Amino acid sequence: MITGQVRKGAYFDSVTLMRVGKEITGMPGVIDAAVVMATASNKAILNASGLLSVQFKDAGDTDLVIAVKAESEAAAKTALAAVDGLLKRPAATESRPVNLSGALQILPDANLALISIAGRYAGDEAMRALEAGMHVMLFSDNVPLEKEIALKRFAAKRGLLVMGPDCGTAIINGVPLAFANVVNRGNIGIAAAAGTGLQEVSCIISNAGAGISQAIGTGGRDVKKEVGGIMFIEALKALAKDEQTKVILLVSKPPHPAVLKRITKSIKTIRKPVVTMFIGASPTTLEEAALTAVALSRGKKPPEVAAPDTKIAKREAGKRKKRQKYVRGLFSGGTFCAEAQILLGNGVYSNAPTGKSRQLKDSLKSQKNTLIDLGEDEFTVGRPHPMIDYSLRNKRILQEAEDPETAVILLDVVLGYGSNPDPAAELTGVIREACRRVSVVCSITGTDKDPQNRSRVKTALRKAGAIVMPSNAAACKLAGSIIQCL
Amino acid sequence: MSVNALFRSELKVVNIGLAVFKQVLDDAHVPAVQVDWKPPVDVDARLVKRVKAFQPVIDKANVEVVKIILSGMPQLVGLARAIDVIPGMTSDTLLHAGPPITWERMCGPMRGAVVGALLYERKAGTPEEAERLAASSAIKFSPCHEHAAVGPMAGVTSPSMPVFIVKNEALGNFAYCSMNEGLGKVLRYGAYSEPVIQKLRWMENTLYPVLKKAVAKVGKVDLKNIIAQALHMGDEVHNRNRAATSLLYRTLAPSLGPEVLEFINGNDHFFLNLSMAASKATLDAARGIKNSSVLVVMARNGTDFGIQLSGTGNEWFTGPADVPDALYFPGYTKSDANPDIGDSAITETNGLGGFAIAAAPAIVQFVGGSAEDAVNYTRQMYEITAGENNVYQIPYLNFRGTPTGIDVIKVVEKNILPFIDTGVAHKEPGVGQIGAGVLNAPLEPFKKAFEKFAKTLRKG
Repeated sequence: MITGQVRKGAYFDSVTLMRVGKEITGMPGVIDAAVVMATASNKAILNASGLLSVQFKDAGDTDLVIAVKAESEAAAKTALAAVDGLLKRPAATESRPVNLSGALQILPDANLALISIAGRYAGDEAMRALEAGMHVMLFSDNVPLEKEIALKRFAAKRGLLVMGPDCGTAIINGVPLAFANVVNRGNIGIAAAAGTGLQEVSCIISNAGAGISQAIGTGGRDVKKEVGGIMFIEALKALAKDEQTKVILLVSKPPHPAVLKRITKSIKTIRKPVVTMFIGASPTTLEEAALTAVALSRGKKPPEVAAPDTKIAKREAGKRKKRQKYVRGLFSGGTFCAEAQILLGNGVYSNAPTGKSRQLKDSLKSQKNTLIDLGEDEFTVGRPHPMIDYSLRNKRILQEAEDPETAVILLDVVLGYGSNPDPAAELTGVIREACRRVSVVCSITGTDKDPQNRSRVKTALRKAGAIVMPSNAAACKLAGSIIQCL
Repeated sequence: MSVNALFRSELKVVNIGLAVFKQVLDDAHVPAVQVDWKPPVDVDARLVKRVKAFQPVIDKANVEVVKIILSGMPQLVGLARAIDVIPGMTSDTLLHAGPPITWERMCGPMRGAVVGALLYERKAGTPEEAERLAASSAIKFSPCHEHAAVGPMAGVTSPSMPVFIVKNEALGNFAYCSMNEGLGKVLRYGAYSEPVIQKLRWMENTLYPVLKKAVAKVGKVDLKNIIAQALHMGDEVHNRNRAATSLLYRTLAPSLGPEVLEFINGNDHFFLNLSMAASKATLDAARGIKNSSVLVVMARNGTDFGIQLSGTGNEWFTGPADVPDALYFPGYTKSDANPDIGDSAITETNGLGGFAIAAAPAIVQFVGGSAEDAVNYTRQMYEITAGENNVYQIPYLNFRGTPTGIDVIKVVEKNILPFIDTGVAHKEPGVGQIGAGVLNAPLEPFKKAFEKFAKTLRKG
């Protein structure tokens, strides 16, 4: 059927009308449509395409005619109703240059490039940004080591930052970059070579009521021998000079001894309190390091480490059957997996072993106490990071719950920008299912200001049966405590 | 700025990669620009290295080419029959748009235009006869571009057709182009029905003598001046020629009778053929500069898209032509459209058309709907050009000169392809125009040209 409308004296240029006609034609149930000024030639076109309606007979050059050929009256009505909205000027779209120099034409005084393209190209783009005098955050991984060294040497000479490669998170001037949490601003400055470690300490600091001045990531390779801690030390120096920063917190997996020496030497020249947390190398946990920094920032003594509450551990252990003996940790954050290995100590298997852990033979099959880093390349090739895509871990949670030897499933849940927007919805089903056989212990890295809202996620996970601990360290300790009580 | 200076400044970010990170910055009200990054074109690394080594020599050559282009002074100096003025034109030659092509490989609209031209030339009495003749070796097909000429869409130019004569007064070279037939069923879109042929005869018998006399009376018409003014009046002289046509009309009006005035008044695109000829005259002067990577031709024949560089002589580099992203007239869709066709991309090669789209807000619907989109397209073209125009300007960009002189090295290095405005022909002969739109040039011709260019670089 054909429906028509005439609007006397409504002038629009032909190009606008062609666009509107195209959009109307694309609407469901519409076979063909025309929105044109009723000139003689346009009427001839309408006639030729079978869209000429008798209503249009008296319409002239200055009248707008709308013709809709649709499968049903309802479809035609919907299409006609849409015309007015479409005739209005569309909002200006933002400009999308295709390279850095194009972007600098639009934002000439940009001071930071955030780069997340494929690693084999990312290094060249980063160098272009440095040459333009910009600081760089390099989210991309798989940037060749030589490239990283070249970039960092070039940057250090010019007083520029290169955060990364493989730097997942940073907070500069209160702005969360890439995978970052929304935390309070304050006077604690962080330099970190461990992404999730940075997220964990910044969230714990914020949740304790203190805040972050700057949080600089360097990428994990920075503290290895080859790179030599170039950016870790640059970050440290900058935080030392920064007036907003009263306390400095350093987070990293253990640096290479030569690098550690350089860092230590650098720390000695700083008059501000410096808290160091080198996972595995020091007895403290991320949580203790964060709370120590909070206390120092308030001019107080570091807090005593509270003895773990064994009541919950005993209760959970009481629910388990005889064969259930082991912890199965499934982590989306590599730093958390490493911290768990240190805290659980002996007899642990991992696909990313650290400390005393042993290499797991088959990453897909747990044995005894097993802690898996699902962010390792073997799991992420061709799929999004497990902080974004929960499907792989959810499957594994159910698989571990089926294993008659599993007593506890240990999880991290990381909130913030870039992470899965609704982890509660992803997890509650599988947690409920798993809790029928095993204990589920987890921690949530995030704040109530994060888009996912930590309190809301916590309530949902507790309701599903999980035991939610205030930090990864606390969750690991509880898991260890449960299996000790078995 | 130092790290500590960064801490004291407002953070301003260029986000290259994942768009979700830009969203975070928007939420935090941080000034940020998203880069739609593309990997560089995959070309032989040794050739890239060779080009890098020669860069100073290339730069010098390109400066010279840009200088020639900017100093071009295209003037309309007269009209004549094609056979009397176009070099190499013979009684059995038909010129066509784009790179060389055989009858067998010609697209529908070009075949239609060939049939129409043979009917017009009275070499055939019926379309069938015309097709047989075209398929025989009796008719020689040759690109307009190889005869100092250009033709819009099918670009078919036959010996008897009257053509504009445009002289580049800076270097003394000439360029030729037929007269624009107007919209509807026209030869350049492959239509060849009786009214189409009748109109061509009217143009030959009425329009041509009147225009010829009018031009003779004023002596010459400064096309560069008209184009420069038209850009200030909302034209980019490819898809919009309303201002330029009006300016030409005003110049010639005193000597034109009512019939011709009415014809030109009814055809906003009348000036298109002159903006093309002006661009051709300007660019032909810049041919043959050793080691220059600047384009002197972009042209399409509806099957292939071809380019020529100043530094690689008369060699064509071609690849398949794409179907434009267009707005279609009622009753037509993309499936009816012929791949990109016509010599009109000579305007883009000369820093006009799509390269000057920021000057033409009235047609931004073709490029996404907002004036900002048009500005962005023009801005992007500065990335791949060797210079900026001294006369053609964009008012909105503070009268910045249009991006001029496409550099094949920059195209390949940045993977940014020239942006072209265009009309869209129906893929079947005889139907005519079915829409208008825009597209980016295909990559293949540029890649081939880059590789050949790199190999032909010579010292001194």
